[in-house]
Amino acid sequence: MRFVDEFREPELITKTADEIRRLADPQRHYRFMEVCGGHTHSIYRFGLKDVLPANIELVHGPGCPVCVLPMGRIDDGLSIAEQPNVIFAAFGDMMRVPGTHGSPLEHKARGMDVRIVYSPSDALKLARNNPDKQVLFFAIGFETTAPSTALTLIRAKAEGIRNFTVFCNHVTIIPAIRAILDSPDMRIDAFIGPGHVSTVIGCRPYGWIAANERKPIVVAGFEPLDILQSIVMLLRQMQENENKVENQYKRVVPWEGNRGALKAMAEVFELRPYFEWRGLGFISQSALRIKDAYAEWDAERRFSVPGIRVTDPKAAQCGEVLKGVLKPAQCKLFGNECTPEHPIGALMVSSEGSCAAYYNYEHRKAAQLTQLTGVSC
Amino acid sequence: MCLAIPGKIVELLDGDRDLAVVDVLGVRRRVDLGLLQDNAPATGDWVLIHVGFAMSKISEVDALDQLRMLTELGESDAALEEVQGYGLGESEEAPSQTGP
Repeated sequence: MRFVDEFREPELITKTADEIRRLADPQRHYRFMEVCGGHTHSIYRFGLKDVLPANIELVHGPGCPVCVLPMGRIDDGLSIAEQPNVIFAAFGDMMRVPGTHGSPLEHKARGMDVRIVYSPSDALKLARNNPDKQVLFFAIGFETTAPSTALTLIRAKAEGIRNFTVFCNHVTIIPAIRAILDSPDMRIDAFIGPGHVSTVIGCRPYGWIAANERKPIVVAGFEPLDILQSIVMLLRQMQENENKVENQYKRVVPWEGNRGALKAMAEVFELRPYFEWRGLGFISQSALRIKDAYAEWDAERRFSVPGIRVTDPKAAQCGEVLKGVLKPAQCKLFGNECTPEHPIGALMVSSEGSCAAYYNYEHRKAAQLTQLTGVSC
Repeated sequence: MCLAIPGKIVELLDGDRDLAVVDVLGVRRRVDLGLLQDNAPATGDWVLIHVGFAMSKISEVDALDQLRMLTELGESDAALEEVQGYGLGESEEAPSQTGP
C-alpha cells in the first residue's frame, strides 16, 4: 500500500483522490486507458492503483514504441547491418530487444558494428566521422522522436552526406487508438492522452475520439497529481454526459502542437499504406516512411531488405497485454521465462513497457514481502 | 524515449542558429533548437529535450518539477547518461569554453 504522505503534495493528492471517490459512481466499473508508456511507468512507480477506488481500472495502452515493433522489423534492420561496412546505430532502448537471432547487443557480441546513440544527430555525426562506412540509423518512436529524425534527414541532405541512411519505424499514435477502439474485445470508457506526443501534434487530432466515438480524452502530464487530476476531469465529463478533448498538461502542451516539428515531419515523411504492430496486427496509415525526395537516405530503398515476418513466441501473450485484454501477470511467461533480465517479449525490455513496469514495481515488491513474511500476497 | 529532459539554455551558439549549450543537472551539452524555430528560446530559458532536440519551452518551476520527477521515477541517471551521450557536445565540437 502506498501511503499518501509519501507524495510531494500529500494534501493535494488526498483532495484529488477524495474528489475521484466522490465523482465515481460506486455502481459502475470504469476502464480508462493511459495511451502512453510514460504514464504506465509513472502509475506503477507511484503506486497510483492504491490511491484509486477499486472500480477505476487503468488499462495500459500501446504507447511504448519498442513494445509495438514486430520482431521482423528488428530482423530486417539487423540483416542490413550484416552487410559489409555497415554501422548499426540505435537508441539504447533498442539494444536488448530480441530479434529472431538475438538482440542488437548480442549481434554486437558476435562482431557486428553496433553503436548506441542518444540522438539521431549522433548517428549523422557517426557518418561524418566514418566516411568509408555506411551508417544505418534504426529510427523508432512516435511523434515525440519522429521530428528529430526528420530534421536530421533534412540536414543530411543539405550537407550531402551520402553514407547515412535511416531505417524508418516511426509510428503515429492516432491510428493505434483507433485500432483499439475498433477491437471487439476492448471496452474503454475514456482515455488519458499522451503528454509528450501531444507537445508535437497538439490536441486537435484527438477530436474524433470525442466527437465520433463519444469518449472523453484528457491529455495529461506525468506527475502523480497530473494523472489523478486527469481522472477527475474524465469523471466530470462522464458525470455531465460530455465527450470532450481537454488538456490537463497546458504547461507543456500547446493546443496547436509544435508547428516547426510538424513542418519537418511533413517535409520528410509520408504515411505508409499500412504497417504491422505487434499485438494489434496491420493498421492502415499508422506509420511513416521516407518521401521520394529523401529516397537516397532511406535504408529500405538503398539496401535490399528481406521483409521478414515473424510470429511471436506462441506462449507469450504480448498482444493481449498490449491491447489491455490481459494484465502483465496473467501472461503465462510473466516472471518465470520472461523477466527484465531475460526478456522474451519487448514489453519486458523497455521501462515504458507495462510488463517491465509491473515486474519492477509490483512483482518485486510482492516477492520481497513473501520473503519477509513467508506469506504470498 | 518518452523521457523529456529539462535543460536551461546557457549559450546560443553564434554562427549556427540552431545549436545551443544547455545545462542539465550541472552537465553541459549542445542541444539542437531547430524544431523550435517558431518560438525560438533565448539564453536563460528552459526547454524540454527529447533525443537531443529541444521540443518545447517550459517555465523554470515546471522544469525543476520535471527534474525532481525524473529522480523519483529512478530515471535521472538515465537522463544524465542520455545528455552526456549527446555526441553534439563531444570531440571536435566540444563546448570547451563553456564549463561552469
